[in-house]
Parts: sequence; C-alpha cells; structure tokens
Amino acid sequence: MNAIAVHGLTVELDRVRVLHEVSCAVQAAGWTALIGPNGAGKTTLLRALAGLLPHRGTIKVDNADLGSLRARGRARLIAYVPQAPVLPPDMTVEEYALLGRTPHLGYLGGPGRRDREKAAEALDRLDVSAFADRRLGRLSGGERQRVVLARALAQEPQVLLLDEPTSDLDIGHQQQVLELVDELRRSRGVTVVSTLHDLTQAGQYAGQLVLLHHGRVEAAGTAATVLTQDLIARVYAARVTVSADPDGRTIVTPVREPPARGSTRLP
Amino acid sequence: MKAGSRGRRLRAARGYGIAAAFLAAAMLASALVGAADLNPAATVTALLDKIPFVHLPSSLSSLDRAVLFQIRLPRIVLGALVGGLLAVAGAGYQGVFRNPLVDSGMLGASAGAGLGATLAIVYFSGLGPGAVPVAAFAGSLAGVAIAYVAGAVRGPGTATLLLAGVAVGLFLAAVQTFVLQRSAEDLQQVYYWLLGSLSSATWQQVAEILPYSVISVAVVLVHGRHLDVLSVGDEEARALGMRPERVRLIVVAACALAAASAVAVSGLIGFVGIVVPHVVRRLAGTSYRLVLPLSLLVGAGFLVLADTLARTVVSPAELPIGVVTALVGSPVFVWILRSTSAVRT
Repeated sequence: MNAIAVHGLTVELDRVRVLHEVSCAVQAAGWTALIGPNGAGKTTLLRALAGLLPHRGTIKVDNADLGSLRARGRARLIAYVPQAPVLPPDMTVEEYALLGRTPHLGYLGGPGRRDREKAAEALDRLDVSAFADRRLGRLSGGERQRVVLARALAQEPQVLLLDEPTSDLDIGHQQQVLELVDELRRSRGVTVVSTLHDLTQAGQYAGQLVLLHHGRVEAAGTAATVLTQDLIARVYAARVTVSADPDGRTIVTPVREPPARGSTRLP
Repeated sequence: MKAGSRGRRLRAARGYGIAAAFLAAAMLASALVGAADLNPAATVTALLDKIPFVHLPSSLSSLDRAVLFQIRLPRIVLGALVGGLLAVAGAGYQGVFRNPLVDSGMLGASAGAGLGATLAIVYFSGLGPGAVPVAAFAGSLAGVAIAYVAGAVRGPGTATLLLAGVAVGLFLAAVQTFVLQRSAEDLQQVYYWLLGSLSSATWQQVAEILPYSVISVAVVLVHGRHLDVLSVGDEEARALGMRPERVRLIVVAACALAAASAVAVSGLIGFVGIVVPHVVRRLAGTSYRLVLPLSLLVGAGFLVLADTLARTVVSPAELPIGVVTALVGSPVFVWILRSTSAVRT
C-alpha cells in the first residue's frame, strides 16, 4: 500500500523550475530515501511533500489530496524536520517538544494534560526526558537531533519527513539516530521519507530509494537496482565501487582515481 | 518530566505574584506621594472603602479626597493602563518579528502618531485640545498600516516588514519636521507632546481608551502560544499547521491598536515596550504565554513609578515622563543585563 503518491509534480522556486514532472510512490510504513547530487531537488521534493510549496501536479497522502487539506489537518498527518531546524536557544526541551502538539490544539486553546503527556512520552521515547528542563542552546548535536525528533513524534504523524537527519553528527550518532528512526517506523508504523547524502546509509536503512537528477526521477526502487556503479558514475560524476555486506546490503565505496604513471601528484 | 511541569508552574506562579505585588506597591506609593500631603493610613482606608462590600470610615478631608480620587487616582490608573499597553505591544512585536530589539513604536507607529499630533497642533488647533489625541491615535494606526502594506510584498517576511517600517517611520518623521519647520511658534507645544506626559489625566481619558485597551490586550494575550510556535520560524510553524502570515497580521493589528491607544493619551513614551519584556524574560523565561501577561503587569507598575518620579522630583514643575523612563530605565536595564548570568534574550 502506498502512503504517498506523487504524480506530475512540478515546482518552481523564484521562477526557476526545480522539479519537473516528478512521479513516485512511497510505501506505507516503509522508509524511502531521496538521493541525488547537490541541487538535484531532494529538499524541494521533501518540502513539497510537507505541503510547504506551491506546486503543479498532485500529491496524495493517505489518499487525500495534499492541496485540499487545511494546514492543521495536514500537520496532523505529516511531520517535517528540516536539515537545520530553528532551535530557540532559551526555550526548554519540554516547551519545544510541546510545540509538536500545535496541530492538535484549537486556535484559542492551550496544551492540556493529554498534550503534556504526549510530549513527555515522546521525550521518554527518545531518551531525552532527563533534560526536559534544559535550554535548547545547551544541547549537543546528538541531543538536539533527538529533541527535534521528539517534537516530530509528539505531533503523532503518519508520515515523517526528514531532511538530512544525520548531517551534523559523527558516525556513531548518525547510526544512533537512524536506528531510532527505524525503530519508530517499525513500532508505530510511521512512514519515513528522508533525504540522505550517504549512499551506503541510504542502502542500509531505506527499503526504497528515489534517485533525483536535475529535478527529475532518474531511478527508483530497491538499493540493488538504484545503487549501481554506472548510475552513480553518471549522475554524481563519481568513481565508486558497489559491493554487498554479509547481510546482502549495498555498500558504496568512493574510489580515488589512480595517479597517471610518471606524473607527480598535485596537492 | 513531573519535576519539569512542577517547576514551570512554580515559576509562573512566582512570576505572577512578583508582578502583581510590584504593580500594587507602585500604585499605592504613587497614591501617597505628591504635593498635597495625604495621611497614609487614611488614604489606604479611603481606597479600601471603595472596594465593594467593604465599608471603612476614613479620616480623609473632602479636599484630600478630591486630590486622591480626582487628581491622583485617574493619573495612576491611566499610567498603569498606558504602561501595560506599551509593554504588551512591545512584547507582541518582539514575538511577531522574532527580534528582541523591536519596540512598540516600531513600524511607523511613533512617527505616525508624531505627525498626526503635529498636524493637529499646527493646522487644527481651532478644533480644541481634543483633536490631538484623536490625530495621534489615527496617525499611529495609519503609520503601521502603511508600513505593513509597503512591507508585505509576496507575503510579509519579518525583515522586509521591519525595514519597511523603518523607511515609513523616517518618511513620516521628515514630513513632520517639514510641517513643524514652517510653523515655529508651535514648536514648544509639539516638543512637549512628543516627550510624553500624563499630567492632564482624567477619568474620561481612562474611559476613552479602555475599550480599545481591553480588546487589543485580549487579542494579543490569546496569541501567546502562537508566538511561541512562530519562534521556530515561518516554515516550521507552517509545517506545524499554523498560518504565520495570519497570526502576524492579527498580532500586529492588535499591538498597533494598543500602542495607538497609549500614545493618544500620553504622547510618545519610549523605553517601556523594550525594557519591560526583557526584564520579564529574565524573571520568568521566554515563553510568550507568560511574557505577555507579565509584561502587562510589570509595564503598568513601571510606568506608574516613572510618572510618580516625573511629578515629584522637580516639584512643583514636572519632568516629561519619557525622560524619566529613559533616565531610570536604562541604568536599571543595563544592571539587569549584567547581573543575570544566563543570557536569555
């Protein structure tokens, strides 16, 4: 079953066409990774899926047309975590997680006990409730990312959109965050769509990959079909080898061009 | 988490307690101080006697009563109202623009009011003194409206809007200078008005701005939570199901109404709208659900104190209240900034 169906999606930003007639489908409760070189339109596609961009074509989430949903209804369905979320430095972790309850509150209403419980539960789930009172400005990179995920979780979405969730983290915290997201996906049935720079990580965590190039879908499918040496060479202009780990997951390794014989290496 | 929510409630209760006590103390002190020497105990009983169902005999003479109820009290209440309005408007603007340096006079509000008052004084003095507050009120609202329309190209972004406000403010100030320069005999009166004063406060003025005050303050206060959401930026606020442009328009309109009401009866009083919200943040954290109502109370108390100083320090003459708010407020503000270790703003 598809949680998201995109058909003929065209997006223009400042009169420049960034996405051309993109069509793709995202499996419910699956993890779909959007990959592609810088400027391919990954973030734009993600923002369009979040309902944040004017577009042509249709985006259906849970069979509802995204354009016909009101802002609040859309936010109850979809949580969006940008690559660099704004974390007001003096807001406490608890207050921040509580912002995730916004789409569940009436215009004049404030958060009630149930909302506080949901926020607390989300903080607990991401193992950050110990510093609920701490200010956001005092958190480390790994803690920040977990707190941001807690806010998204408090939103109780069916779809979680993550833009480069690991970009500022060391390799250990990258794995920790990706495992957490995968755990949430499996235990809650949340559909995950994320952009990912690291192709090996994309292959390891995502069941489905969508490769974008110049605003068009170049390839889509499993890691084995999308992450091929030829395709990567063509789209990224990169030299890589593609292999498989013992579990059969794809590993993409960058390879350095051998120096031409007799030439001195340039710095 | 349990500890977290208890801590938050305690902090809120402590904040409200301190702010309310500050306002009450400021009002009482102001009622007791002045040219006419009122007996403190008799004054307090006379005031308590006004509370419904409380009947206390007071030894205050009828002259003293008149001083208290017809001269001092309307001025205290008007000062509290003006201070509360300016502080709430400042805090509201700071939330809308995500900028701690924004004041209630931004967006062309002060310049518009100044121009309105100047026009009334220079060209429409025949209409009597009643024309000035109306013109200031209208000018203040018009200034904000022009800035908003000018800055709201392709959906109002905060920086564009603020810059448009600066441009409109400078333009209106230039027009005002031009008008004034051609009519030097009104200089003194305009100058006096620009510095702000509550010296002609009456119950009627209180009654005139009360409806606007209640509406504008109520609208701003119910948007505290929305301003908290706005602090993560427009895009994320939108992803959370909010409509930032609409919230911004509503809050700006309400803040403009609050500031215009204050300006109409007091002239231009700076400093309250920027200092008070910052002091409150240091007291109670940054959530606008607390900052807005606490700014209302603390701003009210602050202006009552400032006005008390304005009318007593060089008595029987009076200092312009804008001078007092800046003279007293700036050092206190700097001291607070330096003495609080946590940087919260």
